[in-house]
Amino acid sequence: MNLHEFQAKQLLAQYGAAVPTGEVASTPEGAKQAAEKLFAAGARRVVVKAQTHAGGRGKGTFKSGFQGGVKLCETPVQVHDTARAMLGQVLVTKQTGPEGRRISKVLVETASTIKRELYLAVLLDRAVSRPLIMASPAGGMDIEEVAAKTPEKIFKEVIDPAVGIMPFQGRKIAAALGLRGDLMSQAVKLFHGVFKTWWECDASLVEINPLAVVEAAGGKEALVAVDGKISIDDNGLYRHKNIQEMRDLGEEAPLEIEASKFNLNYIKLDGNIACLVNGAGLAMATMDIIQHYGGSPANFLDVGGGASKEQVAAAFKIILSDPNVHAILVNIFGGIMQCDIIAAGIVEAVKETHLKLPLVVRLEGNNVELGKRILRESGLAVISGDSMADAAEKVVQAAGKTPKG
Amino acid sequence: MSILVSPKTKVLIQGITGSFGARHTQLSLAYGTQVVAGVTPGKGGQFFETKVPIFDTVLEAAKETGATASAIFVPPPFAADAILEAVDAGLELVVCITEGIPVNDMVKVKRAMEGKKTRLIGPNCPGIVTPGEGKDSHGGCRIGIAPGYIHKRGNVGVVSRSGTLTYEAVWQLTSRGVGQSTCVGIGGDPVNGSSHLDMIKMFNDDPETRGIIMIGEIGGSAEEEAAAWIKQHCKKPVAGFIAGATAPPGRRMGHAGAIISGGKGTAAAKIAALREAGIGVAATPSVMAETLLKMMRS
Repeated sequence: MNLHEFQAKQLLAQYGAAVPTGEVASTPEGAKQAAEKLFAAGARRVVVKAQTHAGGRGKGTFKSGFQGGVKLCETPVQVHDTARAMLGQVLVTKQTGPEGRRISKVLVETASTIKRELYLAVLLDRAVSRPLIMASPAGGMDIEEVAAKTPEKIFKEVIDPAVGIMPFQGRKIAAALGLRGDLMSQAVKLFHGVFKTWWECDASLVEINPLAVVEAAGGKEALVAVDGKISIDDNGLYRHKNIQEMRDLGEEAPLEIEASKFNLNYIKLDGNIACLVNGAGLAMATMDIIQHYGGSPANFLDVGGGASKEQVAAAFKIILSDPNVHAILVNIFGGIMQCDIIAAGIVEAVKETHLKLPLVVRLEGNNVELGKRILRESGLAVISGDSMADAAEKVVQAAGKTPKG
Repeated sequence: MSILVSPKTKVLIQGITGSFGARHTQLSLAYGTQVVAGVTPGKGGQFFETKVPIFDTVLEAAKETGATASAIFVPPPFAADAILEAVDAGLELVVCITEGIPVNDMVKVKRAMEGKKTRLIGPNCPGIVTPGEGKDSHGGCRIGIAPGYIHKRGNVGVVSRSGTLTYEAVWQLTSRGVGQSTCVGIGGDPVNGSSHLDMIKMFNDDPETRGIIMIGEIGGSAEEEAAAWIKQHCKKPVAGFIAGATAPPGRRMGHAGAIISGGKGTAAAKIAALREAGIGVAATPSVMAETLLKMMRS
């Protein structure tokens, strides 16, 4: 599960990492009041940031024509007007797709004068099964590009989970980033806070881009997490009530939300052949074989190892809600599941949903002959596939024949 | 021979009284596997289906029955504890079937297992099958949730991150009259006990295994590491398949570990690594067995 920037910063602050002072607002009036407090506390400028999980906000455009999801403001009135231009409007960025995301909250923060931009992240190093701190002096940029073009600018420090992050490791990273003098001790504290956030919140990623050296009072410098992105390991969510409450359904695809209610693993794609499969690996492989025979998968859908009739019915309804779908492929390896029970579930679902699209079914495993007979004798126009390859070829052909629109 | 387990292996089940654990214990017993004990804290002294004694702790179960391997069916919040209990009891092999264990729990478990003799398979895996000599491979060792009857005693080793894709490969082999030495599902999580490479090394050393099918998927770099080793050291033909060529980046495809992140872990990169190592890459999942058999014939 992904968090909004304001939620990420709340958690970071709670674990002792320095973030800019600010408040989240859902009305222009609320944004103005938040700005007034910041100006009263000495802020010279305030930034208004549209809250969405999608990246590329700064360069995004609202469907209303308003430019930019991140704006600098110099007066509370300006903050009010900016918030009004963002709230309730749809922001399109390079990551949202053309449909964009509706903005329901803005983060209002003190804008600091940035002197240097750095990059910091905590993630899992799968190769060693340990947490990894990744840092770079090249902040504010696309880190994948930095890693590809200038790998020498990426600094990595593996953390031993038995002891957690040690201060010397913080100093090593600080030195690699050129954070010396006063900034070094600030950095050690901030890295500790960021690592603790990752570890104690069951995060899969905490990313600070940019981490910035900013001008502070009295001509000094301070280190602040100017942006923050956190993804949480869904498997760890059960032990974090506070984080569960941060889920924003507005950021998730409606069909994926519906699928999650039935414990189905569904991801919508752009193609026109829907698939319904048991097991994640087989589901991926089914998408691949559809493409191999010249088709294009409309979704990933894993109904799990012990799918019930209700789940199969729900799965059919979900894949049929996608208007792009022109044909359906059901691919079940009934190892422990009985093929006859699955076949009965399919027949019921087809009848219930008044399915008009071509349906190819490939069953294999326990009681497969009985399952095939149930499909044959159902009176439904089900196309039977003998192997995965046969089924994929047939469904690609069927999808091609279905008139579009 | 076989790897990890043989029909003689004595198995205990942690979480034997839960519905999932009980169902698969019944299936393993019916397959002819030596399930000698169950563990459910608080139910020590009782019996599962009147014949398998239940113990309160793994240590007691292992001491009393001589079990050397364990299958774990406990819910995710208790799985890390269950794994480390089995490690503490000195078992040789622990197979954790549980899906949904927090990654951080597994990071701690892996750290705590360093220097210990126990081998962990999984979590989030279908388990291990060493097929038996009987009808429908009866009499073999089945630890986990794989369907036993699809197997056949023979000489091909199968290792995979996915359950149903393993069954697909096994069934393709069995349908062609080709049997398996051992089939291992190593699990779909980003942190797991054993890697593709760990299993490939064991298959390479196993005199009974004459060919290997390695099934991988997007995410991480375990397949690339195995491929690099195979190129240098593997004496046996290896066929491979990588799932997820059509998966969009940044999305988790069912398995917690099946994600392309930061441009890393793509199917294309893995397939290239496999080819480079001389592994026969199956163009589709339909031809996994065929790809290996062609290599074994030539």
